[in-house]
Amino acid sequence: MMSNKWIITLYLLPAFLLIAVLIFIPLILSGYYGLMNWDGIGIMQFIGFENYIQALQDMKFWSSALHSFLLAAFSTLSLIVYLAVALILASKIKGTNLLRKIYLIPMLLSSVAIAQLWIKVYNPTNGMLNSILMAIGIENPPEWLADPSIVLFAIFIPIIWQYAGFYILIYYAALKNIPDTVIEAAKIDGATPLQIALKIKLPLIMNVFKVTIVLAVVGSLKYFDLIYVMTGGGPNGASEVMASYMYKLAFSSNDFGYGSAIGFLLLIITLIVTVIIRKVTATKEEIEY
Amino acid sequence: MGRIGYVFLYLCLAAVAVFQVFPIFWLILFSLKDNYEIFAGNPFALPEAVKWENYLSVFQGGIGTYFWNSIWTTIVSTMLTVLIASMATFVITRMRWKLSKLVLSLFLIGLMIPMHSALIPLFKMFMEAGLIDNPISIIITYTAYNLPITMMILLGFYSTIPREIEEAAIVDGSSIHRLFFRIILPISAPVLSTTVIINMIYNWNEFVFVNTFISSDKYKTLTVGMQNFIGQYMTDWGAIGATLVISFLPILIAFLFFSDRIVEGITSSAVKG
Repeated sequence: MMSNKWIITLYLLPAFLLIAVLIFIPLILSGYYGLMNWDGIGIMQFIGFENYIQALQDMKFWSSALHSFLLAAFSTLSLIVYLAVALILASKIKGTNLLRKIYLIPMLLSSVAIAQLWIKVYNPTNGMLNSILMAIGIENPPEWLADPSIVLFAIFIPIIWQYAGFYILIYYAALKNIPDTVIEAAKIDGATPLQIALKIKLPLIMNVFKVTIVLAVVGSLKYFDLIYVMTGGGPNGASEVMASYMYKLAFSSNDFGYGSAIGFLLLIITLIVTVIIRKVTATKEEIEY
Repeated sequence: MGRIGYVFLYLCLAAVAVFQVFPIFWLILFSLKDNYEIFAGNPFALPEAVKWENYLSVFQGGIGTYFWNSIWTTIVSTMLTVLIASMATFVITRMRWKLSKLVLSLFLIGLMIPMHSALIPLFKMFMEAGLIDNPISIIITYTAYNLPITMMILLGFYSTIPREIEEAAIVDGSSIHRLFFRIILPISAPVLSTTVIINMIYNWNEFVFVNTFISSDKYKTLTVGMQNFIGQYMTDWGAIGATLVISFLPILIAFLFFSDRIVEGITSSAVKG
Protein backbone atom coordinates (compact mmCIF):
# COMPACT_ATOMS: atom_id res chain seq x y z
CA MET A 1 0.00 0.00 0.00
CA MET A 2 1.17 3.46 -0.83
CA SER A 3 1.52 6.17 1.75
CA ASN A 4 2.46 9.76 1.11
CA LYS A 5 1.18 12.52 3.35
CA TRP A 6 1.35 15.28 0.74
CA ILE A 7 -0.56 13.33 -1.84
CA ILE A 8 -3.17 12.22 0.68
CA THR A 9 -3.73 15.79 1.83
CA LEU A 10 -3.83 17.14 -1.70
CA TYR A 11 -6.38 14.58 -2.94
CA LEU A 12 -8.55 14.74 0.12
CA LEU A 13 -8.57 18.49 0.61
CA PRO A 14 -11.22 19.55 -1.94
CA ALA A 15 -13.76 16.98 -0.72
CA PHE A 16 -12.94 17.67 2.90
CA LEU A 17 -13.25 21.44 2.57
CA LEU A 18 -16.54 21.25 0.69
CA ILE A 19 -18.11 18.88 3.18
CA ALA A 20 -16.77 20.70 6.22
CA VAL A 21 -17.65 24.22 5.06
CA LEU A 22 -20.95 23.53 3.33
CA ILE A 23 -22.38 20.66 5.38
CA PHE A 24 -20.93 20.26 8.87
CA ILE A 25 -20.19 23.85 9.85
CA PRO A 26 -23.66 25.07 8.76
CA LEU A 27 -25.30 22.26 10.72
CA ILE A 28 -23.48 23.35 13.87
CA LEU A 29 -24.16 27.03 13.15
CA SER A 30 -27.86 26.22 12.85
CA GLY A 31 -27.86 25.19 16.51
CA TYR A 32 -25.99 28.37 17.38
CA TYR A 33 -28.26 30.72 15.40
CA GLY A 34 -31.14 29.07 17.21
CA LEU A 35 -29.93 30.91 20.31
CA MET A 36 -30.42 34.26 18.60
CA ASN A 37 -33.17 36.71 17.94
CA TRP A 38 -32.44 37.50 14.32
CA ASP A 39 -34.43 38.77 11.35
CA GLY A 40 -31.90 37.62 8.76
CA ILE A 41 -30.60 41.12 7.94
CA GLY A 42 -30.03 42.99 11.20
CA ILE A 43 -27.81 42.25 14.15
CA MET A 44 -28.14 38.97 16.02
CA GLN A 45 -29.19 39.27 19.60
CA PHE A 46 -28.35 36.43 22.00
CA ILE A 47 -31.45 35.21 23.84
CA GLY A 48 -30.30 31.87 25.24
CA PHE A 49 -32.63 28.92 24.85
CA GLU A 50 -35.74 31.03 24.35
CA ASN A 51 -36.32 29.81 20.78
CA TYR A 52 -35.94 26.17 21.78
CA ILE A 53 -38.33 26.61 24.71
CA GLN A 54 -40.76 28.41 22.42
CA ALA A 55 -40.55 25.50 19.95
CA LEU A 56 -41.44 22.98 22.63
CA GLN A 57 -44.57 24.99 23.43
CA ASP A 58 -45.43 25.75 19.81
CA MET A 59 -48.45 23.76 18.68
CA LYS A 60 -47.60 24.48 15.04
CA PHE A 61 -44.21 22.87 15.50
CA TRP A 62 -45.69 19.80 17.16
CA SER A 63 -48.37 19.39 14.52
CA SER A 64 -45.75 19.68 11.75
CA ALA A 65 -43.63 17.10 13.60
CA LEU A 66 -46.69 14.86 13.89
CA HIS A 67 -47.31 15.15 10.14
CA SER A 68 -43.67 14.27 9.44
CA PHE A 69 -43.93 11.21 11.66
CA LEU A 70 -47.25 10.18 10.08
CA LEU A 71 -45.59 10.33 6.67
CA ALA A 72 -42.72 8.26 8.07
CA ALA A 73 -45.19 5.67 9.39
CA PHE A 74 -47.08 5.51 6.07
CA SER A 75 -43.81 5.19 4.18
CA THR A 76 -42.62 2.36 6.39
CA LEU A 77 -45.90 0.48 6.03
CA SER A 78 -45.86 0.85 2.26
CA LEU A 79 -42.45 -0.87 2.20
CA ILE A 80 -44.34 -4.13 2.76
CA VAL A 81 -46.28 -3.58 -0.46
CA TYR A 82 -43.09 -2.79 -2.38
CA LEU A 83 -41.52 -5.93 -0.97
CA ALA A 84 -44.50 -8.01 -2.09
CA VAL A 85 -44.23 -6.58 -5.61
CA ALA A 86 -40.49 -7.30 -5.64
CA LEU A 87 -41.11 -10.90 -4.52
CA ILE A 88 -43.49 -11.38 -7.45
CA LEU A 89 -41.04 -9.71 -9.84
CA ALA A 90 -38.19 -11.94 -8.70
CA SER A 91 -40.16 -15.18 -9.01
CA LYS A 92 -39.01 -16.11 -12.52
CA ILE A 93 -41.67 -14.13 -14.32
CA LYS A 94 -41.00 -12.92 -17.86
CA GLY A 95 -40.71 -9.22 -18.73
CA THR A 96 -39.40 -8.17 -15.33
CA ASN A 97 -36.57 -6.15 -16.80
CA LEU A 98 -38.96 -3.85 -18.62
CA LEU A 99 -41.38 -3.65 -15.68
CA ARG A 100 -38.65 -2.65 -13.24
CA LYS A 101 -37.65 0.19 -15.52
CA ILE A 102 -41.24 1.33 -16.01
CA TYR A 103 -41.70 1.40 -12.23
CA LEU A 104 -38.67 3.64 -11.94
CA ILE A 105 -39.83 6.38 -14.33
CA PRO A 106 -41.58 8.65 -11.77
CA MET A 107 -38.43 8.69 -9.67
CA LEU A 108 -36.60 10.45 -12.50
CA LEU A 109 -38.91 13.47 -12.35
CA SER A 110 -38.21 16.40 -10.06
CA SER A 111 -40.38 16.71 -6.96
CA VAL A 112 -41.52 20.05 -8.36
CA ALA A 113 -42.76 18.47 -11.60
CA ILE A 114 -44.41 15.67 -9.62
CA ALA A 115 -46.12 18.20 -7.36
CA GLN A 116 -47.37 20.23 -10.32
CA LEU A 117 -48.57 17.11 -12.12
CA TRP A 118 -50.47 15.86 -9.06
CA ILE A 119 -52.01 19.28 -8.45
CA LYS A 120 -53.59 18.69 -11.85
CA VAL A 121 -54.46 15.06 -11.07
CA TYR A 122 -56.29 16.25 -7.94
CA ASN A 123 -58.00 19.22 -9.62
CA PRO A 124 -61.58 19.09 -8.27
CA THR A 125 -63.37 19.50 -11.60
CA ASN A 126 -60.99 18.58 -14.42
CA GLY A 127 -58.38 16.45 -12.71
CA MET A 128 -57.62 12.87 -13.69
CA LEU A 129 -58.80 11.41 -10.40
CA ASN A 130 -62.15 13.16 -10.12
CA SER A 131 -62.83 12.64 -13.85
CA ILE A 132 -62.54 8.91 -13.23
CA LEU A 133 -64.61 9.08 -10.04
CA MET A 134 -67.36 11.07 -11.72
CA ALA A 135 -67.33 8.72 -14.71
CA ILE A 136 -68.04 5.77 -12.43
CA GLY A 137 -70.94 7.60 -10.82
CA ILE A 138 -69.53 9.30 -7.72
CA GLU A 139 -71.27 12.64 -7.79
CA ASN A 140 -69.38 14.84 -5.35
CA PRO A 141 -65.79 13.64 -5.21
CA PRO A 142 -63.65 15.37 -2.55
CA GLU A 143 -61.47 18.41 -3.12
CA TRP A 144 -58.38 16.45 -2.25
CA LEU A 145 -55.92 19.24 -1.52
CA ALA A 146 -58.40 21.67 0.04
CA ASP A 147 -59.82 19.33 2.67
CA PRO A 148 -57.72 19.40 5.88
CA SER A 149 -58.85 15.92 6.89
CA ILE A 150 -57.55 14.19 3.74
CA VAL A 151 -54.80 16.45 2.43
CA LEU A 152 -52.01 14.47 4.11
CA PHE A 153 -53.20 11.22 2.52
CA ALA A 154 -53.57 13.00 -0.81
CA ILE A 155 -49.94 14.09 -0.55
CA PHE A 156 -48.82 10.64 0.41
CA ILE A 157 -50.06 9.10 -2.87
CA PRO A 158 -47.58 11.02 -5.08
CA ILE A 159 -44.86 10.19 -2.54
CA ILE A 160 -45.62 6.49 -3.06
CA TRP A 161 -45.75 7.11 -6.78
CA GLN A 162 -42.31 8.75 -6.69
CA TYR A 163 -40.49 6.18 -4.54
CA ALA A 164 -42.21 2.84 -5.26
CA GLY A 165 -39.85 2.04 -8.15
CA PHE A 166 -36.81 2.83 -6.03
CA TYR A 167 -37.69 0.43 -3.22
CA ILE A 168 -38.95 -2.29 -5.55
CA LEU A 169 -35.66 -2.08 -7.41
CA ILE A 170 -33.62 -2.36 -4.21
CA TYR A 171 -35.58 -5.38 -2.98
CA TYR A 172 -35.43 -6.98 -6.40
CA ALA A 173 -31.64 -6.60 -6.50
CA ALA A 174 -31.33 -8.11 -3.02
CA LEU A 175 -33.60 -11.03 -3.95
CA LYS A 176 -31.58 -11.69 -7.11
CA ASN A 177 -28.48 -11.91 -4.91
CA ILE A 178 -29.82 -15.04 -3.25
CA PRO A 179 -28.09 -17.98 -4.94
CA ASP A 180 -30.32 -20.30 -6.99
CA THR A 181 -28.91 -23.30 -5.13
CA VAL A 182 -30.59 -22.17 -1.90
CA ILE A 183 -33.97 -21.93 -3.62
CA GLU A 184 -33.47 -25.22 -5.51
CA ALA A 185 -32.64 -27.03 -2.27
CA ALA A 186 -35.87 -25.75 -0.71
CA LYS A 187 -37.85 -26.87 -3.75
CA ILE A 188 -36.40 -30.35 -3.56
CA ASP A 189 -37.46 -30.45 0.09
CA GLY A 190 -41.00 -29.76 -1.13
CA ALA A 191 -41.42 -26.11 -0.15
CA THR A 192 -44.24 -24.22 -1.91
CA PRO A 193 -43.50 -20.90 -3.65
CA LEU A 194 -45.19 -19.04 -0.81
CA GLN A 195 -43.12 -20.88 1.79
CA ILE A 196 -39.96 -20.13 -0.16
CA ALA A 197 -40.88 -16.45 -0.30
CA LEU A 198 -41.76 -16.07 3.37
CA LYS A 199 -39.44 -18.54 5.08
CA ILE A 200 -36.32 -18.37 2.93
CA LYS A 201 -36.20 -15.24 0.79
CA LEU A 202 -37.53 -12.79 3.37
CA PRO A 203 -35.10 -13.69 6.17
CA LEU A 204 -32.22 -13.59 3.70
CA ILE A 205 -32.94 -9.99 2.66
CA MET A 206 -33.83 -8.75 6.15
CA ASN A 207 -30.65 -6.65 6.30
CA VAL A 208 -31.62 -4.77 3.16
CA PHE A 209 -35.14 -4.34 4.50
CA LYS A 210 -33.73 -2.71 7.63
CA VAL A 211 -31.66 -0.31 5.57
CA THR A 212 -34.77 0.70 3.63
CA ILE A 213 -36.67 1.36 6.87
CA VAL A 214 -34.00 3.89 7.81
CA LEU A 215 -34.12 5.39 4.31
CA ALA A 216 -37.92 5.66 4.34
CA VAL A 217 -38.14 7.18 7.81
CA VAL A 218 -35.27 9.63 7.41
CA GLY A 219 -36.49 10.52 3.92
CA SER A 220 -39.97 11.23 5.29
CA LEU A 221 -38.71 13.39 8.14
CA LYS A 222 -37.01 15.67 5.63
CA TYR A 223 -39.74 15.84 2.96
CA PHE A 224 -40.00 19.33 1.64
CA ASP A 225 -40.11 20.08 -2.10
CA LEU A 226 -43.26 18.17 -2.93
CA ILE A 227 -45.30 19.55 -0.03
CA TYR A 228 -43.97 23.09 -0.42
CA VAL A 229 -45.09 23.17 -4.06
CA MET A 230 -48.32 21.19 -3.76
CA THR A 231 -49.95 22.80 -0.73
CA GLY A 232 -47.41 25.13 0.88
CA GLY A 233 -48.29 23.31 4.11
CA GLY A 234 -51.96 24.22 3.83
CA PRO A 235 -54.88 24.30 4.06
CA ASN A 236 -54.43 25.97 7.42
CA GLY A 237 -51.31 23.99 8.36
CA ALA A 238 -52.95 20.61 7.73
CA SER A 239 -50.02 19.39 5.63
CA GLU A 240 -47.22 21.37 7.28
CA VAL A 241 -44.09 19.30 7.96
CA MET A 242 -40.96 20.20 9.94
CA ALA A 243 -38.86 21.32 6.96
CA SER A 244 -41.65 23.41 5.43
CA TYR A 245 -42.38 25.04 8.78
CA MET A 246 -38.71 25.93 9.19
CA TYR A 247 -38.57 27.33 5.67
CA LYS A 248 -41.64 29.47 6.20
CA LEU A 249 -40.42 30.88 9.50
CA ALA A 250 -37.12 31.95 7.99
CA PHE A 251 -37.84 32.91 4.42
CA SER A 252 -41.45 34.14 4.67
CA SER A 253 -41.70 35.49 8.23
CA ASN A 254 -38.03 36.57 8.47
CA ASP A 255 -37.75 34.85 11.84
CA PHE A 256 -34.33 33.38 11.10
CA GLY A 257 -33.45 32.74 14.74
CA TYR A 258 -36.53 30.68 15.46
CA GLY A 259 -36.27 29.02 12.03
CA SER A 260 -32.70 27.96 12.83
CA ALA A 261 -33.86 26.46 16.12
CA ILE A 262 -36.52 24.43 14.29
CA GLY A 263 -33.94 23.40 11.68
CA PHE A 264 -31.59 22.23 14.40
CA LEU A 265 -34.39 20.32 16.13
CA LEU A 266 -35.11 18.64 12.78
CA LEU A 267 -31.46 17.53 12.65
CA ILE A 268 -31.49 16.25 16.24
CA ILE A 269 -34.79 14.40 15.75
CA THR A 270 -33.53 12.79 12.55
CA LEU A 271 -30.31 11.64 14.20
CA ILE A 272 -32.09 10.27 17.28
CA VAL A 273 -34.64 8.40 15.14
CA THR A 274 -31.86 6.95 12.98
CA VAL A 275 -29.99 5.68 16.03
CA ILE A 276 -33.16 4.21 17.55
CA ILE A 277 -34.11 2.36 14.35
CA ARG A 278 -30.57 1.01 13.99
CA LYS A 279 -30.60 -0.20 17.61
CA VAL A 280 -34.05 -1.76 17.37
CA THR A 281 -33.30 -3.58 14.12
CA ALA A 282 -29.70 -4.49 14.92
CA THR A 283 -28.60 -8.06 14.34
CA LYS A 284 -25.23 -9.62 14.86
CA GLU A 285 -25.08 -12.35 12.27
CA GLU A 286 -23.78 -11.61 8.82
CA ILE A 287 -25.29 -13.59 5.99
CA GLU A 288 -22.84 -15.32 3.72
CA TYR A 289 -23.65 -17.68 0.96
CA MET B 1 -48.15 -22.60 -9.11
CA GLY B 2 -51.16 -22.89 -11.40
CA ARG B 3 -51.86 -20.94 -14.52
CA ILE B 4 -54.46 -18.84 -12.72
CA GLY B 5 -51.92 -17.95 -10.06
CA TYR B 6 -49.53 -16.67 -12.71
CA VAL B 7 -52.23 -14.62 -14.42
CA PHE B 8 -53.10 -13.05 -11.08
CA LEU B 9 -49.49 -12.17 -10.33
CA TYR B 10 -49.07 -10.65 -13.78
CA LEU B 11 -52.19 -8.58 -13.24
CA CYS B 12 -50.73 -7.25 -9.98
CA LEU B 13 -47.50 -6.25 -11.70
CA ALA B 14 -49.40 -4.70 -14.61
CA ALA B 15 -51.60 -2.70 -12.23
CA VAL B 16 -48.49 -1.22 -10.59
CA ALA B 17 -47.09 -0.37 -14.02
CA VAL B 18 -50.32 1.39 -15.03
CA PHE B 19 -50.32 3.38 -11.77
CA GLN B 20 -46.72 4.45 -12.42
CA VAL B 21 -47.16 5.48 -16.03
CA PHE B 22 -50.74 6.64 -16.40
CA PRO B 23 -50.42 10.12 -14.82
CA ILE B 24 -47.50 10.86 -17.14
CA PHE B 25 -49.45 9.62 -20.14
CA TRP B 26 -52.39 11.84 -19.13
CA LEU B 27 -50.01 14.80 -18.73
CA ILE B 28 -48.55 14.33 -22.21
CA LEU B 29 -52.12 14.13 -23.60
CA PHE B 30 -53.25 17.42 -22.08
CA SER B 31 -50.00 19.15 -23.00
CA LEU B 32 -51.14 18.67 -26.60
CA LYS B 33 -54.71 19.92 -26.18
CA ASP B 34 -56.33 23.33 -25.83
CA ASN B 35 -58.42 24.33 -22.84
CA TYR B 36 -61.71 23.71 -24.61
CA GLU B 37 -60.80 20.11 -25.30
CA ILE B 38 -59.32 19.60 -21.82
CA PHE B 39 -62.37 20.88 -19.99
CA ALA B 40 -65.16 19.67 -22.27
CA GLY B 41 -63.77 16.54 -23.88
CA ASN B 42 -62.94 13.07 -22.63
CA PRO B 43 -59.80 13.50 -20.51
CA PHE B 44 -58.30 10.24 -21.78
CA ALA B 45 -58.97 10.74 -25.48
CA LEU B 46 -56.15 11.48 -27.91
CA PRO B 47 -56.06 15.16 -28.93
CA GLU B 48 -58.32 15.93 -31.92
CA ALA B 49 -55.70 18.19 -33.47
CA VAL B 50 -52.26 18.12 -31.84
CA LYS B 51 -51.56 21.55 -30.35
CA TRP B 52 -47.81 22.00 -30.72
CA GLU B 53 -48.58 25.68 -30.13
CA ASN B 54 -48.52 24.97 -26.40
CA TYR B 55 -44.85 24.07 -26.64
CA LEU B 56 -44.13 26.96 -28.93
CA SER B 57 -45.72 29.46 -26.55
CA VAL B 58 -43.71 28.07 -23.63
CA PHE B 59 -40.48 28.59 -25.56
CA GLN B 60 -41.56 32.06 -26.67
CA GLY B 61 -42.34 32.80 -23.02
CA GLY B 62 -38.62 32.37 -22.33
CA ILE B 63 -38.21 28.93 -20.81
CA GLY B 64 -34.99 28.61 -22.83
CA THR B 65 -32.98 30.58 -20.24
CA TYR B 66 -34.01 28.27 -17.40
CA PHE B 67 -33.36 25.26 -19.60
CA TRP B 68 -29.86 26.45 -20.43
CA ASN B 69 -29.12 27.28 -16.77
CA SER B 70 -30.21 23.77 -15.76
CA ILE B 71 -27.95 22.27 -18.43
CA TRP B 72 -24.77 24.12 -17.57
CA THR B 73 -25.10 24.05 -13.77
CA THR B 74 -25.87 20.32 -13.97
CA ILE B 75 -22.83 19.62 -16.14
CA VAL B 76 -20.38 21.75 -14.16
CA SER B 77 -21.49 20.44 -10.75
CA THR B 78 -21.50 16.85 -11.96
CA MET B 79 -17.96 17.10 -13.35
CA LEU B 80 -16.69 18.68 -10.13
CA THR B 81 -18.43 16.14 -7.91
CA VAL B 82 -17.22 13.11 -9.81
CA LEU B 83 -13.61 14.33 -10.01
CA ILE B 84 -13.39 15.41 -6.37
CA ALA B 85 -15.15 12.27 -5.13
CA SER B 86 -12.82 10.07 -7.22
CA MET B 87 -9.73 11.75 -5.76
CA ALA B 88 -10.99 11.32 -2.21
CA THR B 89 -12.12 7.74 -2.73
CA PHE B 90 -8.75 6.94 -4.31
CA VAL B 91 -6.70 8.00 -1.28
CA ILE B 92 -9.19 6.51 1.17
CA THR B 93 -9.30 3.06 -0.41
CA ARG B 94 -5.90 2.77 -2.08
CA MET B 95 -3.48 4.43 0.32
CA ARG B 96 -2.51 3.66 3.88
CA TRP B 97 -2.96 6.26 6.59
CA LYS B 98 -4.23 6.35 10.14
CA LEU B 99 -7.47 8.29 9.93
CA SER B 100 -8.82 6.86 6.66
CA LYS B 101 -11.70 4.95 8.31
CA LEU B 102 -12.73 7.98 10.36
CA VAL B 103 -12.63 10.35 7.40
CA LEU B 104 -14.64 7.92 5.32
CA SER B 105 -17.39 7.64 7.91
CA LEU B 106 -17.40 11.43 8.24
CA PHE B 107 -18.06 11.67 4.50
CA LEU B 108 -20.75 9.02 4.57
CA ILE B 109 -22.64 10.58 7.51
CA GLY B 110 -23.55 13.21 4.94
CA LEU B 111 -26.00 10.69 3.44
CA MET B 112 -28.24 10.74 6.49
CA ILE B 113 -28.33 14.45 7.20
CA PRO B 114 -31.39 16.61 6.49
CA MET B 115 -29.89 19.37 4.40
CA HIS B 116 -32.72 21.73 5.33
CA SER B 117 -31.08 22.08 8.73
CA ALA B 118 -28.08 23.70 7.05
CA LEU B 119 -30.11 25.99 4.83
CA ILE B 120 -30.27 29.14 6.97
CA PRO B 121 -26.55 29.15 7.89
CA LEU B 122 -25.68 28.49 4.22
CA PHE B 123 -27.88 31.41 3.23
CA LYS B 124 -26.08 33.70 5.68
CA MET B 125 -22.68 32.40 4.58
CA PHE B 126 -23.40 33.09 0.90
CA MET B 127 -24.88 36.47 1.78
CA GLU B 128 -21.67 37.51 3.51
CA ALA B 129 -19.53 36.13 0.70
CA GLY B 130 -21.60 38.03 -1.88
CA LEU B 131 -22.64 34.76 -3.52
CA ILE B 132 -26.40 35.15 -3.15
CA ASP B 133 -27.94 35.32 -6.60
CA ASN B 134 -24.73 33.96 -8.07
CA PRO B 135 -24.66 30.51 -9.73
CA ILE B 136 -21.41 29.70 -7.89
CA SER B 137 -23.47 29.23 -4.72
CA ILE B 138 -25.60 26.47 -6.18
CA ILE B 139 -22.71 24.81 -8.00
CA ILE B 140 -20.56 24.41 -4.89
CA THR B 141 -23.56 23.34 -2.79
CA TYR B 142 -24.59 20.71 -5.35
CA THR B 143 -21.01 19.47 -5.45
CA ALA B 144 -20.71 19.20 -1.66
CA TYR B 145 -24.08 17.58 -1.07
CA ASN B 146 -23.62 14.96 -3.80
CA LEU B 147 -20.13 13.93 -2.68
CA PRO B 148 -21.34 11.37 -0.08
CA ILE B 149 -23.62 9.44 -2.47
CA THR B 150 -21.02 9.59 -5.25
CA MET B 151 -18.28 8.26 -2.98
CA MET B 152 -20.62 5.54 -1.79
CA ILE B 153 -21.11 4.33 -5.37
CA LEU B 154 -17.38 4.61 -6.16
CA LEU B 155 -16.26 2.76 -3.00
CA GLY B 156 -17.48 -0.62 -4.16
CA PHE B 157 -15.52 -0.41 -7.38
CA TYR B 158 -12.34 1.07 -5.94
CA SER B 159 -12.01 -1.66 -3.34
CA THR B 160 -12.01 -4.30 -6.11
CA ILE B 161 -9.11 -2.84 -8.13
CA PRO B 162 -6.24 -5.36 -7.88
CA ARG B 163 -3.13 -4.14 -6.05
CA GLU B 164 -0.94 -5.50 -8.88
CA ILE B 165 -2.06 -2.70 -11.17
CA GLU B 166 -0.74 -0.07 -8.78
CA GLU B 167 2.40 -1.98 -7.95
CA ALA B 168 3.23 -2.43 -11.62
CA ALA B 169 2.72 1.28 -12.24
CA ILE B 170 4.93 2.26 -9.29
CA VAL B 171 7.65 -0.18 -10.35
CA ASP B 172 7.54 1.39 -13.80
CA GLY B 173 8.32 4.66 -12.07
CA SER B 174 5.06 6.43 -12.65
CA SER B 175 4.04 9.08 -10.15
CA ILE B 176 0.90 8.78 -8.04
CA HIS B 177 -0.76 11.55 -10.07
CA ARG B 178 -0.03 9.66 -13.25
CA LEU B 179 -1.30 6.46 -11.67
CA PHE B 180 -4.55 8.18 -10.69
CA PHE B 181 -5.23 10.12 -13.87
CA ARG B 182 -3.84 7.71 -16.45
CA ILE B 183 -4.68 4.32 -14.93
CA ILE B 184 -7.24 4.41 -12.12
CA LEU B 185 -9.63 6.94 -13.69
CA PRO B 186 -9.72 5.22 -17.08
CA ILE B 187 -10.35 1.74 -15.64
CA SER B 188 -13.13 3.10 -13.46
CA ALA B 189 -14.99 4.43 -16.52
CA PRO B 190 -18.06 2.19 -16.08
CA VAL B 191 -18.67 3.18 -12.45
CA LEU B 192 -17.84 6.80 -13.31
CA SER B 193 -20.58 6.84 -15.92
CA THR B 194 -22.99 5.53 -13.29
CA THR B 195 -22.07 8.33 -10.90
CA VAL B 196 -22.30 10.91 -13.70
CA ILE B 197 -25.83 9.93 -14.64
CA ILE B 198 -27.01 9.76 -11.01
CA ASN B 199 -25.49 13.19 -10.29
CA MET B 200 -27.09 14.62 -13.40
CA ILE B 201 -30.54 13.48 -12.33
CA TYR B 202 -30.09 14.89 -8.82
CA ASN B 203 -28.74 18.22 -10.01
CA TRP B 204 -31.30 18.61 -12.78
CA ASN B 205 -34.14 18.08 -10.29
CA GLU B 206 -32.78 20.10 -7.36
CA PHE B 207 -35.14 22.76 -6.05
CA VAL B 208 -34.52 24.09 -2.50
CA PHE B 209 -31.03 25.50 -3.02
CA VAL B 210 -31.94 27.36 -6.20
CA ASN B 211 -35.17 28.59 -4.67
CA THR B 212 -33.26 29.96 -1.67
CA PHE B 213 -30.01 31.27 -3.14
CA ILE B 214 -31.06 32.53 -6.57
CA SER B 215 -33.48 35.40 -7.08
CA SER B 216 -32.99 36.75 -10.59
CA ASP B 217 -34.58 35.09 -13.58
CA LYS B 218 -31.37 35.02 -15.56
CA TYR B 219 -29.83 32.46 -13.16
CA LYS B 220 -32.87 30.35 -12.24
CA THR B 221 -32.93 26.72 -13.27
CA LEU B 222 -35.95 24.87 -14.60
CA THR B 223 -37.34 23.57 -11.29
CA VAL B 224 -37.70 27.10 -9.93
CA GLY B 225 -38.29 28.92 -13.22
CA MET B 226 -41.06 26.48 -14.00
CA GLN B 227 -42.92 27.74 -10.93
CA ASN B 228 -43.03 31.29 -12.39
CA PHE B 229 -44.28 29.91 -15.65
CA ILE B 230 -47.04 27.90 -14.11
CA GLY B 231 -48.02 30.81 -11.92
CA GLN B 232 -48.35 33.08 -14.93
CA TYR B 233 -50.32 30.59 -17.06
CA MET B 234 -52.80 29.92 -14.25
CA THR B 235 -55.61 28.28 -16.16
CA ASP B 236 -53.88 27.46 -19.44
CA TRP B 237 -53.49 23.73 -18.81
CA GLY B 238 -51.96 23.04 -22.22
CA ALA B 239 -49.07 25.43 -21.56
CA ILE B 240 -48.57 24.10 -18.02
CA GLY B 241 -48.48 20.54 -19.36
CA ALA B 242 -45.99 21.53 -22.03
CA THR B 243 -43.77 23.21 -19.39
CA LEU B 244 -43.74 20.05 -17.28
CA VAL B 245 -43.01 17.79 -20.24
CA ILE B 246 -40.13 20.03 -21.33
CA SER B 247 -38.73 19.95 -17.79
CA PHE B 248 -38.33 16.18 -17.69
CA LEU B 249 -37.83 15.31 -21.34
CA PRO B 250 -34.00 15.37 -21.14
CA ILE B 251 -34.03 12.97 -18.18
CA LEU B 252 -36.49 10.64 -19.90
CA ILE B 253 -34.34 10.60 -23.04
CA ALA B 254 -31.25 9.88 -20.93
CA PHE B 255 -33.17 7.07 -19.28
CA LEU B 256 -33.92 5.47 -22.66
CA PHE B 257 -30.19 5.24 -23.35
CA PHE B 258 -28.71 4.71 -19.90
CA SER B 259 -31.41 2.86 -17.99
CA ASP B 260 -29.01 0.05 -16.99
CA ARG B 261 -26.54 2.54 -15.55
CA ILE B 262 -29.30 4.33 -13.65
CA VAL B 263 -30.61 1.07 -12.24
CA GLU B 264 -27.08 0.11 -11.21
CA GLY B 265 -26.43 3.49 -9.59
CA ILE B 266 -29.64 3.40 -7.60
CA THR B 267 -29.11 -0.13 -6.34
CA SER B 268 -25.45 0.27 -5.47
CA SER B 269 -26.14 3.51 -3.63
CA ALA B 270 -28.70 1.88 -1.37
CA VAL B 271 -28.10 -1.84 -0.99
CA LYS B 272 -24.70 -1.52 0.63
CA GLY B 273 -26.25 0.65 3.35
